[in-house]
Amino acid sequence: MVEPYLRLLVAQVRGQTQYRASFVVELVFSTLMTALDVVTVFVIFSVNDRLGGFGGTEVLMIVGIAAFGFPAADLVVGNVERLRVYVRTGLLDAVLVRPLSALGQLVAMDFSVRRAGRVVQGTALYVVALVVAPVVWSPGAVVLVVLAPLSATVFFGAIFVVGATVAFWWIESGEIANAFTYGGRDFTSYPMTVFSGLFRRVFAYGLGFAFVAYLPALALLGRSDPIGAPDWLRWCSPLVALFAAGVAALFWRTGIRHYRSTGS
Amino acid sequence: MTAVIKTSALRKDFTVWHKTGRLRRQRRVVSAVDGVDLTVTEGELLGYIGPNGAGKSTTLKMMTGILSPSGGQVSVCGLTPVPQRTTLALRIGVVFGQRSQLWWDLPLSESFSLLRHVYRVPAADHAARLRRCRELLDLDAFLATPVRQLSLGQRMRGELTAALLHGPKVLFLDEPTIGLDVLSKQAVRGFLAELDARGDTTVVLTTHDLADIEKLCRRLVVIDHGRVVHDGTVAQLHAAYRSRRRVVVDLDAPWPADLVLPGASVERVEADGLRVTIALEDTTAGELLGRLAGSVALRDLSVREPEIDDVIARLYAGR
Ligand SMILES: Nc1ncnc2c1ncn2[C@@H]1O[C@H](COP(=O)(O)OP(=O)(O)OP(=O)(O)O)[C@@H](O)[C@H]1O
Ligand SMILES: [Mg+2]
Repeated sequence: MVEPYLRLLVAQVRGQTQYRASFVVELVFSTLMTALDVVTVFVIFSVNDRLGGFGGTEVLMIVGIAAFGFPAADLVVGNVERLRVYVRTGLLDAVLVRPLSALGQLVAMDFSVRRAGRVVQGTALYVVALVVAPVVWSPGAVVLVVLAPLSATVFFGAIFVVGATVAFWWIESGEIANAFTYGGRDFTSYPMTVFSGLFRRVFAYGLGFAFVAYLPALALLGRSDPIGAPDWLRWCSPLVALFAAGVAALFWRTGIRHYRSTGS
Repeated sequence: MTAVIKTSALRKDFTVWHKTGRLRRQRRVVSAVDGVDLTVTEGELLGYIGPNGAGKSTTLKMMTGILSPSGGQVSVCGLTPVPQRTTLALRIGVVFGQRSQLWWDLPLSESFSLLRHVYRVPAADHAARLRRCRELLDLDAFLATPVRQLSLGQRMRGELTAALLHGPKVLFLDEPTIGLDVLSKQAVRGFLAELDARGDTTVVLTTHDLADIEKLCRRLVVIDHGRVVHDGTVAQLHAAYRSRRRVVVDLDAPWPADLVLPGASVERVEADGLRVTIALEDTTAGELLGRLAGSVALRDLSVREPEIDDVIARLYAGR
């Protein structure tokens, strides 16, 4: 089942490493940037110790989940943003005549090892957060410790896919989708208490961004949502993530049917 | 004979927007394919031609599951292309002359072995098919070259091989000879003729090179503005458009302008009246010769069969 995709992926990585010099430069550069990022986060939390009613280590819990989920999703399906290039140039034709899932091929064909660095960074942050934050341990919490970052990954993955499908309807969509995905990442890294009004209602609860990091972090910390979401909702991230994945699949299917190729 | 491809009232509309002002845009619907009924039986090699923008590529894209039809039906190998795309992909091969199916940075041979895994072809079958293609298409010289370094002709031979390694029932070729030199064209044509002779692969061939059609296709479908305007043999096309044979005569003395030739017409007078091209309408070459022998000083003559380019040109021009 996955073997053909793995082969595509390996072929792609081999193709990439053919341009060896630029590959090494990029890898070194992105590792340096990653290290810098980690330092920045710790500096911020040592200076600014309360945010929206949460202590520094509690916020770190939220940041940790998002900091794992986003780059992990980016590593796995982030390159689906290249879809707009495939759609605009008609290169998707070649993808569609192969006996494999189109999404699977896109993911495998543009896989970039360089993105792995940020996942390592995110994992480190998350582990640190679990150690320093006042986690209230219980069997449920243990399960959630594993499921929360995975759900965040699935949720962000769904966002990436939905964002990419915009290209099926709107060829000159440009970076619009990126604004949404990266905006989503930043939004989820904060306690929802720092936002307010309609904006919060729509993004945090309507579109489900609160379920990515904020609500599961509350569950792990044993705190109720000051905004008033019922306690059981804090444990629902995996379901929300699955729902998001379903919506993304629907968008993808509908989008593919709208693909119009190019005239030449 | 079973139908491998069947379309009925197949259509595809594209909505395009035109800028008419700074912000205003006008919507226009282009019917790229406008009700095509087509049946292709097993083993047939069908020439699918038409002027630029006629809707050939669009038809092929609907048959291969790339585009969803706007209306009508299409079935290929008994499957509906878009919903059953991945199943269909195992049974068809596709070559788009303008666009590569190969991996840009990989050597050709690696693209081929990658395809074996993508299509899950048994190693022995794959090897046998590859061996045949290597012989017929002379691939050996550039098998180890990355695709991006191949010349167009070399790449096209690679594309053909890639499209056949999984032993497809149907092969779709959209301008496979575009931009190729004489030798490469001959190689591709020879290869397709051999494929056709074996009779187990159905081929749909789109081309602007009518020599491809003459050398390869018994059946010819001409479309224009998304509609089928001819479906039959090349001979039937000549008959339908009353293609004319021509007699070219070389003379010792200039052509007498007042000569009347019943059933024939003078098309061209060249070389100061010493070479004349006459089209036969309602007469035979023999009769014409009889008339000419008595009235002009004949030096030499040749009879030309009607050319497919002429009839197609007239077909396109008279639309
Ligand atoms: N993706 C598209 N968007 C809008 N219009 C398109 C698209 N693809 C094709 N068309 C239009 O549909 C018509 C048919 O195009 P198509 O590519 O099928 O022609 P064709 O017969 O393959 O021509 P050619 O011989 O030039 O390759 C043309 O008028 C073209 O402009
Ligand atoms: Mg075309």
